[in-house]
Amino acid sequence: MTYILKPKLHHPSLPKNALGFTRRDYEGRVSTLCAGCGHDSISAAIIQAVWELSIEPHRVAKISGIGCSSKTPDYFLSQSHGFNSVHGRMPSVLTGANLANRDLIYLGVSGDGDSASIGLGQFAHSIRRGVNMSYIVENNGVYGLTKGQFSATSDKGSKSKKGVENTESGIDLVALALQLGATYVGRSFSGDKEQLVPLIKGALSHHGPAFLDVISPCVAFNNHTGSTKSFDYVREHNEAVNRLDVILGRTPITAEYKAGEVREVTQHDGSVLRLRKLHDDYDPTDKIGAANYLQERHAEGEIVTGLLYVDPEATDLHDRLDTTARPLNQLNTADLTPGADALAKINASLR
Amino acid sequence: MQSTDISRPDYFHKVVDCQWACPAHTPVPEYIRLIADRRYTDAYMINWKSNVFPGILGRTCDRPCEPACRRGRVEEEPVAICRLKRVAADNKSGFAALLPKVAPHNGKKIACIGAGPASLTVARDLAPLGYEVHVYDADKKAGGMIRSQIPRFRLPEEVIDEEVGYITALGPVMHLQQRVESMKALLAEGYDAIFVGTGAPRGRDLDIPGRKEAAANIHIGIDWLSNVSFEHTNKIGRRVIVLGGGNTAMDCCRTARRLGGEDVKVIVRSGFEEMKASPWEKEDAIGEDIPILNYLVPKAFIHDGGKLTGMTFEKVKAEKDAKGRRNLVPTGEPDQHFDCDDVLVAVGQENSFPWIERDIGMTFDKWNMPIVGEETMQSSIPNVFFGGDAAFGPKNIIWAVAHGHAAAVSIDMFLNDQDISIRPAPGVTVISQKMGIHEWSYDNDIANDSRYKVPHRDKAVSLKDVKAEVELGFDQILGFKEAQRCLNCDVQTVFTPKVCIECDACVDICPMDCITFTEDGDEAELRTRLTAPAINLGQDLYVADGLPTGRVMVKDEDVCLHCGLCAERCPTGAWDMQKHLIDITQAGPKCRTR
Repeated sequence: MTYILKPKLHHPSLPKNALGFTRRDYEGRVSTLCAGCGHDSISAAIIQAVWELSIEPHRVAKISGIGCSSKTPDYFLSQSHGFNSVHGRMPSVLTGANLANRDLIYLGVSGDGDSASIGLGQFAHSIRRGVNMSYIVENNGVYGLTKGQFSATSDKGSKSKKGVENTESGIDLVALALQLGATYVGRSFSGDKEQLVPLIKGALSHHGPAFLDVISPCVAFNNHTGSTKSFDYVREHNEAVNRLDVILGRTPITAEYKAGEVREVTQHDGSVLRLRKLHDDYDPTDKIGAANYLQERHAEGEIVTGLLYVDPEATDLHDRLDTTARPLNQLNTADLTPGADALAKINASLR
Repeated sequence: MQSTDISRPDYFHKVVDCQWACPAHTPVPEYIRLIADRRYTDAYMINWKSNVFPGILGRTCDRPCEPACRRGRVEEEPVAICRLKRVAADNKSGFAALLPKVAPHNGKKIACIGAGPASLTVARDLAPLGYEVHVYDADKKAGGMIRSQIPRFRLPEEVIDEEVGYITALGPVMHLQQRVESMKALLAEGYDAIFVGTGAPRGRDLDIPGRKEAAANIHIGIDWLSNVSFEHTNKIGRRVIVLGGGNTAMDCCRTARRLGGEDVKVIVRSGFEEMKASPWEKEDAIGEDIPILNYLVPKAFIHDGGKLTGMTFEKVKAEKDAKGRRNLVPTGEPDQHFDCDDVLVAVGQENSFPWIERDIGMTFDKWNMPIVGEETMQSSIPNVFFGGDAAFGPKNIIWAVAHGHAAAVSIDMFLNDQDISIRPAPGVTVISQKMGIHEWSYDNDIANDSRYKVPHRDKAVSLKDVKAEVELGFDQILGFKEAQRCLNCDVQTVFTPKVCIECDACVDICPMDCITFTEDGDEAELRTRLTAPAINLGQDLYVADGLPTGRVMVKDEDVCLHCGLCAERCPTGAWDMQKHLIDITQAGPKCRTR
């Protein structure tokens, strides 16, 4: 616990984004998580990503469940909409909100307990329905709030702080999300913001269900030798397949790359995902290849990170249901009660 | 880049910008915390030990600490360090009982020539050690320029009497109204060491047409101020011109306003920004309806049969020559004339040593200044030392005090057969401020208040009385609020790489973006790729290697608030907040340990 507020003073050269806001304007309250928690780095990465995208804070809805991870929306974007929902029910609340108001940018924040245990069904169905959202799992492999029991994402063979080995299989949320139809799938590490911030930016600007599994070491209960989610283990076994730059609209492209090093993926809305290849044969638009590669590397004990899969032609739940183009709160009486003539027409069409 | 060696006392000393900038290196944050804690006497003691005249300096110091203050770089204005010093002086109690005990006589005799701040500092440092110190001065009371040149409305006489009194209470033999006329004779008197602290007593004159004829109404600034101080002069004409742009000129014009000058103006050769006077002194003068006219070079005193009637000035402008030097060149506009009844000339001061014979073996330079060692204060005669304005020309009180301390160290070492060229290292005390998991023994919360203004006496009242002090000083409440603005820069962020797990918690929480973990590089290149660019080259980068990933931790010291959040959010204690108290070694056993 930190007892003082973060001072308002900031660096004299702190830059402003297109809206005239500094990064500090996107902060929330000072974290009450344990000092050094990986989740705080993810919060910082979210702040950085939203600031860089010049998103107006009131256009974001941050929705979470229960757990250490689900506390974090209090620590970023204090000017945004928020809903701290029931354990494991973030995906349903988010789906409902999204259906009611499609104009907001939905950021679902969850943890490995919230998404892989109590909320596994919710997670699965929100992905397969194709809700337009950025679903971030802050994955530390333990139940931190109840003092460090193995969670469902904990790898088989991984050891607890007291040296007990996990005998159960771990759930790979990335593999599940791929299978269930997520159209933007990435994995990253809280200790690598250079990789994480662009992945969050890509997810926020992706039209469709975007899923990010962010390994986030629990400093209190899962950062020891024998853990497969410790800072040291992740750094040693991290195999990044690519580095991402997100280019929106007509931003001029200034960085220089050598030929063959870069692959550009232009999405349906015109935004460009530029991937610097770190692995020669990796094709992030090949879903089956991605799934196979993940399995292969997992068997070797490696953790594959980067943008693992993206479908540039992705659609979402609204597209499929052909819903009204406007948020429900903008529909007026005339829209909602079109009158007897309209009813007669509908009835006639059904005869 | 080389990892920072934080065991070097200078490294963290430099981070305490105020203390580093102070010639006497007063531990500023330490006494400001004591003021916030209402421990005024303790705060005064820290000052007294370091700068000898806290009450006097708390009103008159040139404040080199304030432009250096880190607060000035993170918001608008620095902490009012100088005026906080006065709060300690105004609110202390029972200080006389805390004066050092005087050791038994050690058999050595020292002469101090002049009873100004430099000499009195030497006396204060050496008398308690058992030296028999003799102080000579031509004036009736001790204090030197503090008493003769600083107007009473800035510095009441009681304050001078009190602080000079603390020194005379230590038992130096005061030879007042006794001008030393011959160094040769003094050397023959058998003193073990002699300290010259005679100041820069001669005001520079202005040799232009009309000077001799109109002499009755043309006064040398410092002599005139001294006459006012000693009550030989109590009035001046209605229209007064003050020539010069330094602090003496500001004292002259404000004094003139109080002695009958209604139309007082300051006329300066240079531009407003280039004037030597401190910004706040210019501000105070302007506040007393005194216009400052710039870029006017005095050409002639105009008189009517010996009665001064005015002055003419040539209009100039600043131009840079081919080598980039600033020169003042005539604009070609017609000369300007200003009517006046009196002129005060405050265009500089000079040293003068007519009483030092040139055949006694002392070396002088081409400007007739004695050759003096910059750290040792020693002249070419080994047992004769100089300090204050007498050493290197006009400076200010705090420099005089610093010189006095250095000379006292030299004298003490010299008379104990030590090599005075090897200066004693400062004492450093390091104390972790950690009290609980997330609590510190200093107040790490950052106050958002802007600088508080010192209340002033009503202008109409203060302009009528040359002795009425203009500044009323902060009261205890304002003093507390201003003290809370201090960033505690002496509570250092100390980093231990071997326990760091590179979790980024410190990087994420730092409100000033000071901390970066990155690949190593050379300093110039590293400065460009930190979390926030490190453009202030006057401030060091704190670099530490030995991290698990092989990267380096780089902290830009420039705008760190010392709020301790990095240490609060650090899970392994790799960051700790440690108070580094730097205590400059003064004369006494500590300086002669070799």
